[in-house]
Amino acid sequence: MSTETKRPVLEVRNLSVALPKGGDRVHAVEKVSFTVNPGEIVCLVGESGSGKSVIAFTVMGLLAKALKPTSGEILLEGENILAASEDRLRELRCTRMSMIFQEPMTALNPVMTCGDQIDEVLSTHTQLDAAARRAKILAILARVKLPEPERIYASFPHQLSGGQRQRIMIAMALVLDPVLLIADEPTTALDVTTQAEILKLVAELQAGQGTGVLFITHDFGVVAEIAHRVAVLRWGELVEMGPTEQILSRPVQGYTKMLISSVPSITPAHRGVRRDGKTVLRTEKLGKIYTGNAFFQKARVVKAAVDVDLDIRRGETLGIVGESGSGKSTVARCIARLIDPSEGKIYLGDTEIATMSARKLRPHRRRVQIVFQDPYRSMNPRITVGDFIIEGPMNFGIGREEAMARARKLMETVRLDPNALDRYPHQFSGGQRQRICIARALAMEPELLIADEAVSALDVSVQKQVLELLDEIRVRLNLAVLFITHDLRVAAQICDYVAVMSKGRVVEYGSAEQVFGSPKDDYTKALFAAAPGRHWEFGKFAA
Amino acid sequence: MLDFIARRLIAIIPVLAVVAIFVFLMLRLTPGDPAAVIAGDNATSDQIADIRNKLGLDEPIWTQFAIWIGNVLQGNFGESFFFKKTVAELIAQRVEPTLALAICTLLFAVSVSVPIGVLAAYRQGSVFDRAVMGFSVLGFSVPGFVIGYCLIYVFAIELGWLPVQGYVRIGVNFWQFLERMVLPSLTLSVGFIALISRITRASVLEVLNEDYIRTARAKGLSNRVVLMRHALRNAAVPILTVIGLGIAILIGGAVVTESVFGLPGLGRLTVEAVLSRDFPTIQTVILLFSVVYVVINLLIDISYTLFDPRIRY
Repeated sequence: MSTETKRPVLEVRNLSVALPKGGDRVHAVEKVSFTVNPGEIVCLVGESGSGKSVIAFTVMGLLAKALKPTSGEILLEGENILAASEDRLRELRCTRMSMIFQEPMTALNPVMTCGDQIDEVLSTHTQLDAAARRAKILAILARVKLPEPERIYASFPHQLSGGQRQRIMIAMALVLDPVLLIADEPTTALDVTTQAEILKLVAELQAGQGTGVLFITHDFGVVAEIAHRVAVLRWGELVEMGPTEQILSRPVQGYTKMLISSVPSITPAHRGVRRDGKTVLRTEKLGKIYTGNAFFQKARVVKAAVDVDLDIRRGETLGIVGESGSGKSTVARCIARLIDPSEGKIYLGDTEIATMSARKLRPHRRRVQIVFQDPYRSMNPRITVGDFIIEGPMNFGIGREEAMARARKLMETVRLDPNALDRYPHQFSGGQRQRICIARALAMEPELLIADEAVSALDVSVQKQVLELLDEIRVRLNLAVLFITHDLRVAAQICDYVAVMSKGRVVEYGSAEQVFGSPKDDYTKALFAAAPGRHWEFGKFAA
Repeated sequence: MLDFIARRLIAIIPVLAVVAIFVFLMLRLTPGDPAAVIAGDNATSDQIADIRNKLGLDEPIWTQFAIWIGNVLQGNFGESFFFKKTVAELIAQRVEPTLALAICTLLFAVSVSVPIGVLAAYRQGSVFDRAVMGFSVLGFSVPGFVIGYCLIYVFAIELGWLPVQGYVRIGVNFWQFLERMVLPSLTLSVGFIALISRITRASVLEVLNEDYIRTARAKGLSNRVVLMRHALRNAAVPILTVIGLGIAILIGGAVVTESVFGLPGLGRLTVEAVLSRDFPTIQTVILLFSVVYVVINLLIDISYTLFDPRIRY
């Protein structure tokens, strides 16, 4: 792309943003400089806390009041917006620079129609009359490829899917053809197939209009898919910047090398098929049906899981892969009997537990333990980590002293300091908390460990460590693991067997090599085709 | 939707049944004999027995209850022991001042408290915010009659701007009606304003942290538009709920306020009826208040759908 002759749409020079006193560091962003040229997509990549979103919000002038830019300039087509008045910033927003956000589910006002929300942009920034505005809105809705623009115009956000809502956000952001689009993790909350469509749409629209895009992401797959240039951030500082191909295949800085090496490969690790262990869990035609209650109308029936047959042996990891609403978590919750299955059987060893009464089930509860997605919300903030770990064993009659001794050992197993048992959850990072959750599950000495999206909320480098830990524990304790994930790369690395679910059914089930290597089902094929950066083999670099 | 309304209307029946039984029993099980009150201080016990017999008070309680309920179901609310009128006539006469007071109070309270609540949320932590919070504690804790007498002293006696007491029917002279509504409405509003402004503030504060508020700001909308169009409408449901619950405060407050300002409304009728142990009047007025309360809250539940399209019954 020959953009050297043109003036950059965005030039960030030496930008520093101070954190409030008492933070873990002085600056959220420190002396960062980069440019975005017309028609160019620049990705800001970094782990949580790297300051990438702070940069985006500083450009938009939407920074929280506690954060203050302390030095530098932000030039939007040559105009320093750090020095601009609040009124001038308001004029620029959505006309020269626009932003789309991570959560399309919550980023739209739930009580206004989508059309009205886009209309606000036009009535605020233009003199167009109502008919002209409507025509313009319908045109942009068609441009972001929403079906039936008329219907969408009159729809409320909750009537649309996540992908459609993100299209509305994009339409809103681009309706006045801004020169700069800031996209803050716009596809992170979306399913992989939807993500692929949205990425394609953003790339098409920006190429068509010559819009400069500042694209914020933590996902190197997305970077490989969409970026022209990449800037890597760490702790508010710019580590390395360059063309995508160069950064991804020949990174210079140790941190960049470490990050890229942490990205799991989409080619399954060769682990061999064993099938020699004792079967720990087997489900037979497992199903879960939700029925709504209605007085006069016909009751709504949702089949969350239908005819699910799975089995896991000792020392094996079975992955369930699927998009949101595919029923993967429903199956996990049925197996742990957190919810009651509506049909089918679950054999835990030789015991059938699907229909067992809650009282009879209690002694068997110990045998299946689960680690949840969000380590920030799955721990009681007012209970120390030690009490959190020993609560289960003590419920099963183990004395406090003995349970504590076991907890200390487990802390070592998950590579945390055993002396930290009297601390509270907020004193640990996300990755450490997830380790604690694993220790808590192991304290019950389970036969089956269920990990429900257990690494999805973690940064890629932390994710790698937790995955390695899980695998190591599986081998050492000869544990059966049921691993629920939407992330194909993670599944490829950790699973011996993979079941692909869609709309409550298992559409493909086999060894990881077989499923990833030669998928047979159309849905599986589509799912793999949508994985971002699937053509890119992320190298393993010595840091 | 119709399904929902039907279910809610059916649900009123048991509520009213419980209220009816409770009021009926309370009146008869507490000491105090209407016949003795009617007969006066110099009556003989024969005269009192005679009156009791005339009023039907010598029947067993359950017979009295059956007769009363039977009459109520036929739309006959009985005759007042004292006012020599049917209870229905009595209520029809007294309903206008109370209705006027309630409507004036609601309009005034909502139009004051919602804006100050929104502003307090927007300027969280400012002097204005703290003043609003301080006022709301005060508004809750100072009793209505104290506020009423203070207002009378300042505006009616010292400044002489408004009449002290009394009521003029709206159809007789609108201006005089309005003059006499100002102080009672103000008095009754204080607690209401305290309540609604506080809940508005809390509710708007919560909404201001939502992602769509950030989106609205990213669109380049002015603060006023963000607050009034995006924040307030999303904050409406809890505010409406509290207004509905507050109707109970309004009814309780009307009793005191009408007494202080000499308004011949249902509140004062209740006081008079209680003091003279006028059973049919008390029973009917309380039933009426219950119906009003339940119906208003049903209307509020239905009004949620106007503010939030996600709510469907």
